Amino acid sequence: MNGTPITQAMAETPCVGERVPRFQRPHASVPQFTNSPTMIVMVGLPARGKTYISKKLTRYLNWIGVPTKVFNVGQYRRDAVRTYKNFEFFRPDNEEAMKIRKACARSALSDVGTYFMLEHGQAAVFDATNTTRERREIILSYAKDNGYKVFFIESICDDPEIIAENIKQVKLSSPDYIDCDKEEAVADFLKRIECYKVTYVPLDDDKDSHLSYIKIFNVGSRYLVNRVQDHIQSRIVYYLMNIHVTPRTIYLCRHGESELNLVGRIGGDSGLSPRGSQFAGALGKYIKSQSIPDLKVWTSHMKRTIQTAEALGVAYEQWKALNEIDAGVCEDLTYEEIQANYPEEFALRDQDKYRYRYPKGESYEDLVQRLEPVIMELERQENVLVVCHQAVMRCLLAYFLDKSAEELPYLKCPLHTVLKLTPVAYGCKVESVSLNIEAVNTHRDRPAGDEPPCTLLAPPSRHHSRAQPMASPVPTRAPRLQDLGVTSLSLQNVEVSREPEEALLTVPDHI
Amino acid sequence: MNSGEGCSEEIPLPSSPRELTQNPLKKIWIPCKNGLPEKHIFQRKVCMTNCPTLIVTVGLPARGKTYISKKLTRYLNWIGVPTKEFNVGQYRRECVKIYKSFEFFSPDNEEGLKIRKQCASAALNDVRQYLTDEGGQVAVFDATNTTRERRDTITRFAEQNGFKVFFVESVCEDPAVINENIVQVKLGSPDYTHCNTDEAVEDFMKRIKCYENSYQTLDEVLDRDLSYIKIIDVGRRYLVNRVQDHIQSRIVYYLMNIHITPRSIYLCRHGESDMNVKGRIGGDSGLSLRGKDFARRLGQFIQKQDISDLKVWTSQMKRTIQTAEGLNVPYEQWKALNEIDAGVCEEMMYEEIQDHHPLEFALRDQDKYRYRYPKGESYEDLVQRLEPVIMELERQENVLVICHQAVMRCLLAYFLDKSAEELPYLKCPLHTVLKLTPVAYGCKVESIFLNVDAVNTHRDRPENVEVSRMAEEALYTVPAHQ
Repeated sequence: MNGTPITQAMAETPCVGERVPRFQRPHASVPQFTNSPTMIVMVGLPARGKTYISKKLTRYLNWIGVPTKVFNVGQYRRDAVRTYKNFEFFRPDNEEAMKIRKACARSALSDVGTYFMLEHGQAAVFDATNTTRERREIILSYAKDNGYKVFFIESICDDPEIIAENIKQVKLSSPDYIDCDKEEAVADFLKRIECYKVTYVPLDDDKDSHLSYIKIFNVGSRYLVNRVQDHIQSRIVYYLMNIHVTPRTIYLCRHGESELNLVGRIGGDSGLSPRGSQFAGALGKYIKSQSIPDLKVWTSHMKRTIQTAEALGVAYEQWKALNEIDAGVCEDLTYEEIQANYPEEFALRDQDKYRYRYPKGESYEDLVQRLEPVIMELERQENVLVVCHQAVMRCLLAYFLDKSAEELPYLKCPLHTVLKLTPVAYGCKVESVSLNIEAVNTHRDRPAGDEPPCTLLAPPSRHHSRAQPMASPVPTRAPRLQDLGVTSLSLQNVEVSREPEEALLTVPDHI
Repeated sequence: MNSGEGCSEEIPLPSSPRELTQNPLKKIWIPCKNGLPEKHIFQRKVCMTNCPTLIVTVGLPARGKTYISKKLTRYLNWIGVPTKEFNVGQYRRECVKIYKSFEFFSPDNEEGLKIRKQCASAALNDVRQYLTDEGGQVAVFDATNTTRERRDTITRFAEQNGFKVFFVESVCEDPAVINENIVQVKLGSPDYTHCNTDEAVEDFMKRIKCYENSYQTLDEVLDRDLSYIKIIDVGRRYLVNRVQDHIQSRIVYYLMNIHITPRSIYLCRHGESDMNVKGRIGGDSGLSLRGKDFARRLGQFIQKQDISDLKVWTSQMKRTIQTAEGLNVPYEQWKALNEIDAGVCEEMMYEEIQDHHPLEFALRDQDKYRYRYPKGESYEDLVQRLEPVIMELERQENVLVICHQAVMRCLLAYFLDKSAEELPYLKCPLHTVLKLTPVAYGCKVESIFLNVDAVNTHRDRPENVEVSRMAEEALYTVPAHQ
């Protein structure tokens, strides 16, 4: 299907006598990041950003293809102790509560084990305070017994302003404080922090010198990194050192409507249509009206994005990495022509749009790998406008909105619409701004009928041993139709044997 | 690399968008007026930093400062950031022709101190010239810089000239490491040409002592406003403070991934392919009979080398995978190792390229590094694509990389510090394994031909690269094929 015939063959019959390490899949199609699964263990007082880091890191790792899941012990506690009364629960001398908290931690650890062994997880983020040496020892022996690697992330902050902002952003709206007024909540939370301070033993640079960890001081002004063991830990460190919490906005949009868009052709390097030029002008006006301080503008190397940026009247940078997905032999073709000339390819693409690679071209999976440096730089930057392409924008959006590999290729990214992303609390606020200039629709819906397999239990595809990036899994959430970009449920045929009309059902109109 | 900081200038919106023209060599779209490229007011050149950056090493002698300086410089240049190192010890050697003994470095040797200060100033002057007048973007100031006073001088110098400063301190107290260091690079230093090993070691140890008393390490509190990385015990631990921008972030990432554990990197191409035999470029063909023979011999060679824990990497193209299959060991496929995409010229013979795209053929000979095939890639693009491979190669130990001609040239250029001019013409013949072993400040290369004949795929730069040239002149250096 996607790989060369040899890859396929070898995936089914691994070499005899080959020593395959317990967690390694033979003949991976992409470099293996880890052999053993990794437990990422947060450490720090409350309101130090542990959950923020946990969720963000998990989102990033899933996006680059490392199946990762967060285990928030506070959540386990809330499930066990239905109603939160007050900070007294967290007093170090509250034996009853201590028992419960310990049980929650163990339950979470056990779920980590299940995630690794049965759900093909590769990294688990153990999100709790883990502020005592004793608690960390429990985690370390559990990991040792099971052959997991451990990497600690400790967040240290004594800036009262940062802590106050933190409490405001995420604690006041926590289920724990639903029935409290603001001042009560803040007062209680501060007392909660005091409970932990009594027994807090930070990672010690001498006593813990054999452990692998990163200490983050004051939201990133300083880092201490100790004993990075492998590739994935090195990537985690690099990522953590590039993120920041300064408020900012990211604008994503596609180039204006292009000549090829008008005639329903994919790929190519055409210029803007007249409506596309109109959009470029409107974009310029919109950007000006937003009065964004120090805005960076990025485009791809393709004419249509550059023409769009030209109309803004500001400096812009070209990234080859932002080029549209390479459709290989299908470049410049209409969907009708693809159906006529490559019906099998067309069907295969509908079967697995994320992993499908155009002959002599790329897949969405390849795109994500290509875009990783862009995401890293977006994390470093502040206000940025990215003028790109449909498939590229889908990949970037999937990163910011934590969309799975199944959802990604069907995210709606219409022409002449700007998506304004603002980080807020643990996620991202999205505003969709249509600049009111008509354009063709280039979105080809997912053929529905065969629902996407439950992403939690799907084993890695045999042809590409790198597991699909999953959205950070939430066990109890059923996928909503909106999330899947499915507007109408038509039982469409994705079999290779289908008739041309069936294949072309969802192709949007064009000249 | 297309990234970096910069300010967006406030300019009134143009009434109509400017025309774009595509640069024929790099296939980059730039604004033009009357068909001629306009000076890019709105388009900033590809660059990683606004202000140039001064990297300043800090540490006692024999802590790996020069090793780090050279390696970092090599890496930055390879990814396209013009970088140069300035080794103050080198300036001292040029000033004081003959090195007598450690006494030169004694803290009460006033004459010596004066000379050393002058050398540092001379070096800083050259730094200024490089960064301000010669288009340099990063300068690595390689000296001990062990006192706060010296570092303050450098910081002031940088401020005056609008340079950013990033300190790289190496701290190590492991006597085994220091000893190995001295053996590897000090004994062979020009300072000790006339000494025997014991004398040299003894003198050098005393030299280190001269610095120890006045050594002020970068301090968490006192130096909290500086941007730096402190490397402790050859990478067991790092302290990173106030990374200011993209280039510093990349430098930190690189420094945190390199190591000095002895190892070997084996580079080779796939076995001879059917396309090779026909003189065609690109494509995704399988191995010829001779190519398969090479794969077998490669397997035998690897076995005989008896390499511990060897990782084998291939591209995702049939010919490298077929070659790896002959080794009977697990291997990993990297799409990033795929051969350069020749776009519209894929699967053509050079004769056909000359026939159908004579202009492109000439442009490529004019600047083979930057030239991008229409709908394809350039060597410059390849380097960007290969950067994660290099980063992972740095992390790994023993690795065999089975790749392709252009890819191998890029990787080789990184290890052997070859310029953009030399890179596209590096000789990487089929059926030959290059064994690279890091030694001292560089890399030892052994070339091992596995005794299976193959076509030559190396095309030298012809004499005439003008667009107006005759076909024969263009095809003069095309190697023989079926």
